[in-house]
Amino acid sequence: MKYMSEYRDPELAKKYLEEIKNTVSRPWSIMEVCGGQTHSLVKNGIIEMLPDKVTMIHGPGCPVCVTPLNLIDKAVYLAVEKGVILCSFGDMLRVPGSQKSLLEAKAEGADVRILYSPLEAVKIAEDNPHKEVVFFAVGFETTAPANALSVVHAHRRGVKNYSILASHVLVPPAIKAVIDDEESKIDGFLAAGHVCTIMGNTEYHPLSAAYKVPIVVTGFEPLDVLQGILMVIRQLEQSKSEVENQYARIVREEGNPDAQKVIDEVFEVRNQMWRGIGEIPESGYAVREKYADFDATKKYNVTIEEAPENPDCISGQIMKGIKKPFECSQFGKTCKPTNPLGAPMVSSEGACAAYYHFSGLVEA
Amino acid sequence: MCLAIPGKIKSIEIQYGGMVRMAKVSFGGITKEASLEMLPDADVDDYVLVHVGVAISKVNEEEAQKTFKYLEEIGELGELEDVDEYLPKSE
Ligand code: SF4
Repeated sequence: MKYMSEYRDPELAKKYLEEIKNTVSRPWSIMEVCGGQTHSLVKNGIIEMLPDKVTMIHGPGCPVCVTPLNLIDKAVYLAVEKGVILCSFGDMLRVPGSQKSLLEAKAEGADVRILYSPLEAVKIAEDNPHKEVVFFAVGFETTAPANALSVVHAHRRGVKNYSILASHVLVPPAIKAVIDDEESKIDGFLAAGHVCTIMGNTEYHPLSAAYKVPIVVTGFEPLDVLQGILMVIRQLEQSKSEVENQYARIVREEGNPDAQKVIDEVFEVRNQMWRGIGEIPESGYAVREKYADFDATKKYNVTIEEAPENPDCISGQIMKGIKKPFECSQFGKTCKPTNPLGAPMVSSEGACAAYYHFSGLVEA
Repeated sequence: MCLAIPGKIKSIEIQYGGMVRMAKVSFGGITKEASLEMLPDADVDDYVLVHVGVAISKVNEEEAQKTFKYLEEIGELGELEDVDEYLPKSE
């Protein structure tokens, strides 16, 4: 059984493209919420092969991109001033804070480590009983169970020198915020498959019904994305607005109940700041009081002033689909992946970086 | 960082006095450890989707073929050739 190569077959992709062309009769704008799908669309040149009537809009779906500046400043502070072993996923290290990034802090001698899994951070804490270890826990619903599990493991094993700096973002409230924004005009959504792996599809039914938009839960391989687009267009052409699941090989309607249980054990829903977008009600997770000892924000009581965003960076408009990266005056000039001004240029799933890396393929 | 990758469970090991089930998962040659905490039913030879060291979903083979079945449907409508040869095959 193979699960990757078939989904990347260019001949089959052409057939999907052909069918999309045959189906579409008028202009439609579709937002792919997830940065992984943006990456797939741009990298495989799908964007420019789609008919002109289909416009893909890149959503806020990159947790690295929307992590507030203030939290990066806090992480840098913990690493530099408090001398903790600060661990995170690789992408987070290059995100610019108001003074510096975690990578710059590391270059100046702070103990900043890139990990593949938050569970490794608990091991580091066990191996270094005289140091404090903080995991900078970012991510969507996909990553929340792993981050929560690290807290549960630390608790079970009696690890006292471990905590997480939590910055989780939730997708359905973000979709709602995008639809509610008057400037963004989106006809249908590709929902992020891996988020639904955890949470299931149930949260999308009320959204789709209330706003009369098709929402298709979609995977990440080129064929997945093309099929998702076709499913949205078919609904739009037939004036339907339903939740459909393109990614049923992975996503069940009810999601993963064991993962939801771990999330619920450690986190509670709270209002959350999104970098470039602002506060979205009930769109994040905070560590529950029960696990306050594992909550770095409480443990270290760090208060750092909110710093202003770089005024030249229009990342908020990019993440809401109002502007494309090419419309930013800094794109590819002062702002590049090696020197990002805003977060969407940092992670390969950010819209600006995706366009930058493959800018030979995508027209302005 | 949100992407997860499907791989095959090669072996399962119980650690910390029965508290933690860890799997060795092979991703086309590369083997990594993954926690099975979220997938209590997962067994050796299952395909699972792994994200940041945690297996989060089993891959359903029957459903995996539907993307191609969907093409076949289109084929019937739009006279496209047979796609059987592209269907995922068992190892
Ligand atoms: S190109 Fe750079 S400066 Fe412009 S919006 Fe993207 S991240 Fe911000």
